[in-house]
Amino acid sequence: MREMRYLEAMREGLFEEMRRDPSIIVIGEDVRHSLRGLTKGIISEFGPARIYDTPISEAAFTGLATGAALAGMRPVVEYQINALLFVAFDQLVDQAQKLRYMMGGQGTIPVTYVITASGARRALAGQHSDHLYPLMLHMGMKTVMPTTVEDAKGLFKAAIREDDPVMVFSPAALLATKGPVPDGDYITPLGRARVAREGTDLTIVAVGPLVPEALAAAETLAAEGISAEVIDPRSLLPLDTGTLLGSARKTGRVVLFDDSNRTCGFAAELAALFADQAWEALRAPVRRITRADVPVPFSGPLESYVLPSRERLLDACRACRAGVRA
Amino acid sequence: MGELTQDQFVGFYRTMRTIRRFEQRVVELVNRNDIPGAAHEYVGEEAVATGVCHALRPDDVITSTHRGHGHILAKGGDPRRMMAELMGKSTGYNRGRGGSMHIADLELGIFGANGIVGAGAPIACGAAMAAKLKGRDGVAVSFFGDGATNQGVLLEALNLAAIWKLPVVFVCENNGYAISASIREMSPLQRLADRAPAFGMPGDSVDGMDVLAVHEGASRVVARARAGGGPSFLECLTYRFVGHFTAEKALGIKYRSDEEIEEWRQRDPLVTYPAWLRERGICDPARVDAEVEAVLEEAVAFARQSPLPAPEEALDGMYATTYPGLPARGW
Repeated sequence: MREMRYLEAMREGLFEEMRRDPSIIVIGEDVRHSLRGLTKGIISEFGPARIYDTPISEAAFTGLATGAALAGMRPVVEYQINALLFVAFDQLVDQAQKLRYMMGGQGTIPVTYVITASGARRALAGQHSDHLYPLMLHMGMKTVMPTTVEDAKGLFKAAIREDDPVMVFSPAALLATKGPVPDGDYITPLGRARVAREGTDLTIVAVGPLVPEALAAAETLAAEGISAEVIDPRSLLPLDTGTLLGSARKTGRVVLFDDSNRTCGFAAELAALFADQAWEALRAPVRRITRADVPVPFSGPLESYVLPSRERLLDACRACRAGVRA
Repeated sequence: MGELTQDQFVGFYRTMRTIRRFEQRVVELVNRNDIPGAAHEYVGEEAVATGVCHALRPDDVITSTHRGHGHILAKGGDPRRMMAELMGKSTGYNRGRGGSMHIADLELGIFGANGIVGAGAPIACGAAMAAKLKGRDGVAVSFFGDGATNQGVLLEALNLAAIWKLPVVFVCENNGYAISASIREMSPLQRLADRAPAFGMPGDSVDGMDVLAVHEGASRVVARARAGGGPSFLECLTYRFVGHFTAEKALGIKYRSDEEIEEWRQRDPLVTYPAWLRERGICDPARVDAEVEAVLEEAVAFARQSPLPAPEEALDGMYATTYPGLPARGW
């Protein structure tokens, strides 16, 4: 085990995969100079034939990755912010995600999309703060959001090895966090949730940047005599429903802590899952802490008001435990 | 043209005739509800797909459009599996998931017809990039219509191909209309090929009703791409003799004059080219016609006899690697 930062671990994972598989190419804006650091030094090790700095043409370079993948390459595409998914959306979901199915199962499209610094980073306003994973889930795209340093590397490597398009959201709030990384080659398989903290009184399902917040909240709750279990789904599609439902059946109380908008958000889908499949075990209504349904505003007080917070989570957990409305 | 063989001349005709008759059979079958939905006929534009695809090798890649039957047949697509796909049968190219607008055969380098205008252009660029990276001299052709020249992703793709010198040929089938919208109203340019120099690539315009002119123009730019000379833009001036799609008649809309349609029909490649073959004593087109009829008869019979897919097959094939609960069950 070594101690590393989240982003360093991702970078190490990418470099390891590129050494292992010569069909991997990297495409994106500013990837040679690497604004975020994911691809720092990549050109000196792998050379210009595998690294493509693109013009500001998100739709075209997304489509180019699809064509290259169908022809046997394994592209990794970096988007610097979530909003670029809107710009490239037809090529992402109507082409890359649908083509294999629509072609009757011909071919494979092994593209990994990585959003290095996803979600809100404070004071960047509505077009630079979205967290769009529900859109990808809605369209059936495999989607992961690592929250530990170990998973940052392990899930990224697993995503690259998948023979389907996979979207990797790397939360901005976690990029500088430090944690242990196993030695040697390993992956974190898709489709397995992580129990981040065991508990017996209620289940918090926390997504991405909210996992450390949920763990801190669980600590506070413990001091109040409430034992909270924290589940980090980390692979949003495929989703480990077994672990989620198992926890709900054990605790009977579920609070969802989600970084997407409220309406048709990921928490809404999870709430439906628990209602469908854990109804008999639930002793309180499933609660959702989400973003508000407005663009993330610029000014600090406004921004904090609309983003999911530890305080609101704590209130919801206490109310859930007490069996009253928050 | 001196280097073309008799077999090639005959081959051009066989392909064009196959496309024309395939499309006519499709219309009959749509009208009888044997083919569900609608289809976009390639009638009138046969010389373009034929001239271009006959300039390609089997390992070259094409991306096609919503009006794709002609490209697919010209690239070697199997009429039986195409017809079966149009009828929604399990033996179809896409096992009934795609229908007319989405036929693909990756083995033949057909990276799909496409229902979104201009969407195939960057995909062709990717195929071209892969060929280059693998050290092969493969070429990719992106077919699109005049309407796509106003689609952002196509313009982005032209630039990507140019800056990376990708072996791509952008073939613009200018049939004058994006559904009902005349290109004269939608672009100030007389020649759409004039857009190409702005992207740093040559743009040529050829008579898309003349298969020999298309083949000559395509052979030139394909050779350029194959030799590492980078992308080109080839505008083929053509016309569809029929509506945008099979249901257009029922809409009762009229955006082209009868005179205009008649003028273009005078240049029908399925009339002028076989006449030329006869004059030159190259072949008797009627013999080719008979061969084509037999092939299409068999294709229709194959499609009719093929089974429909089992309903639950609808959940197969979405992912190369599946996981429990993917796609979600119990919907």
